[in-house]
Amino acid sequence: MNIYVYIFRRILYVIPVLLGVCLIIFVLFNLVSPDPTLMMLGRHATLKQMLELRHELGLDRSLPLQYLDIVKSAFTFDFGRSWSTKQEIVEMIRNGAIPSLTVTVPSFIIALAISLVIALFVAFYRGAWYDRFSVLICVGMMSLPSLAYILFGQKILAYDLGLFEISGYEHGFPAFIPYVILPCVIWIMLSIGPDVRFYRTVILDEVYMDYVRTARAKGLSETVILFKHVLKNAMIPIITWVVIQIPFLILGALLLESFFGIPGLGGITLNAINSADFPVVRAMTILSAVAYIIFSVITDVLYTLVDPRVRLK
Amino acid sequence: MEQVETIQVIEVKEEKHKSKSLWQHAFEALMRDRWAVASLVVIGIYAIVAFLTATGLIAADWAKEVGPSYAPPSFDHIFGTDIFGRSVLSKTLKGAEVAISVGIVTGIIAVFIGVVLGAIAGYFGGIIDEIIVWFYTTFNSIPYIMLLVAISFILGKGLGAIYLALGLTSWEGLCRVIRAEVMRHKDREYVQAAKAIGAGDMRRLFKHILPNVLHLVIINFSLQFQTAIKSEVILSYLGLGVQGRPSWGTMIDDAKLELARGVWWQLVSATVAMFIVVLAFNILGDALRDALDPKLKGKS
Repeated sequence: MNIYVYIFRRILYVIPVLLGVCLIIFVLFNLVSPDPTLMMLGRHATLKQMLELRHELGLDRSLPLQYLDIVKSAFTFDFGRSWSTKQEIVEMIRNGAIPSLTVTVPSFIIALAISLVIALFVAFYRGAWYDRFSVLICVGMMSLPSLAYILFGQKILAYDLGLFEISGYEHGFPAFIPYVILPCVIWIMLSIGPDVRFYRTVILDEVYMDYVRTARAKGLSETVILFKHVLKNAMIPIITWVVIQIPFLILGALLLESFFGIPGLGGITLNAINSADFPVVRAMTILSAVAYIIFSVITDVLYTLVDPRVRLK
Repeated sequence: MEQVETIQVIEVKEEKHKSKSLWQHAFEALMRDRWAVASLVVIGIYAIVAFLTATGLIAADWAKEVGPSYAPPSFDHIFGTDIFGRSVLSKTLKGAEVAISVGIVTGIIAVFIGVVLGAIAGYFGGIIDEIIVWFYTTFNSIPYIMLLVAISFILGKGLGAIYLALGLTSWEGLCRVIRAEVMRHKDREYVQAAKAIGAGDMRRLFKHILPNVLHLVIINFSLQFQTAIKSEVILSYLGLGVQGRPSWGTMIDDAKLELARGVWWQLVSATVAMFIVVLAFNILGDALRDALDPKLKGKS
């Protein structure tokens, strides 16, 4: 198949998937969910009040129209207003994005660098005791619940030892730094386990290939083989793994943000859940799905451009 | 020397007139792996504890006040007490019940959806396949944590909602794998032979092909189990968790207010209890994959 046809078809496939995502959200929030007016007005609501509120929220419109509203919001990002704060949701997202990114982006980059270095190191000395030891440490780190990292980190590093701010946030460039260090450290601890394991696996996948044997047979050193041959081929799954995580950076860190009082998107989502704020939870779900779809298309297109074998399929 | 040994092995096999099945090989490989055996033992102990608490034989009095509020660990209260003076040890034991049941029930839901949809998509192909692929791509496009939160937010609190939310969010991986594997199998000789003797589509698919892809289900189930246990904690923290009985999630959630007062025992008990069983499932999952899927041997 022609490469451009493939890319075009891949991009076109976004439409049915996006419509499907909207359908799931519609089923969840508009069909299955209990009547939100009851939650908002409390037990003693009169029927008249409920009907008025239903009209105000657009819940008395026909179901296909409600579905169309969701589809429209997925394309225009016009999510309406929050039920609890009455703010424009787009505005909330715009305000929350920066604090979220100040936590997620540095952690993501540092975690990527650290994990890749560790993975290359253990793959180079594969089979040695520190290779097996590192795998065990990774699995061990993955087995601890993320809340335990957050709670112990906050208690020991910030509260007892006073190394970092316990919680809070300040807007503006140098001001936010002290507040994000500890969340970043915890994020890095949380990602090193799965990352190292994944990178090690993809690197070792390549190490046993025939071309590596050939390279070794013609007398290349292990270092050259690892960095020039193996890493180049392992780059494809690594890039996929990295790019597909980017949408989650935008989404912010749900638990970290609420614990450390960072006014980001994760915190907004959590507050919305606690106050049964349907439109905000729905908007965050749509936003994260749209981000995921966009980045998975980017990954697939990059893939096709980088690896000629993909096109044949 | 080595050659002689191989010949002997072949002779032995011929004597028995039967070669070992994948399952026998896998079982032997698993039993040789010390870590896997240890993990199995650990999981077994947890399962027994969960069973005993469920039937009320142990930790039935978890709700009883046995000492002062927030008593630190001592000889009287080995794991200390919580705010209401309840024994943290009993609560931790009782928590195993929730954890194991969450793992099993969500696993069953996910396996059921994943296997049925994956098998149908892979076997029939065509438009059915396209629809199912679209369906799981769509589900997969909503990040796990958001979908999980959204579903349990809609379904409300309680154990039933947790089962459903976790089950509905964790079938796509298995569905994808089963679909690909059924596709590889459907044109093999043994399936053609089954067709030749008159087996219908359903019989060929569920009786002949599925047993050959069952090992993927087991690997997946084991890895699924620990994700479910870990996710229960997050749901509990969000206030969407188990109500009215202790779970490790609610214990860890309680701890966020206790830690500042120096009450660490509830958090440590729940975390350690969870860590051990999740670690065991992680190790067992890897060992199962090595034993049952020889292609992947030694790679991870």
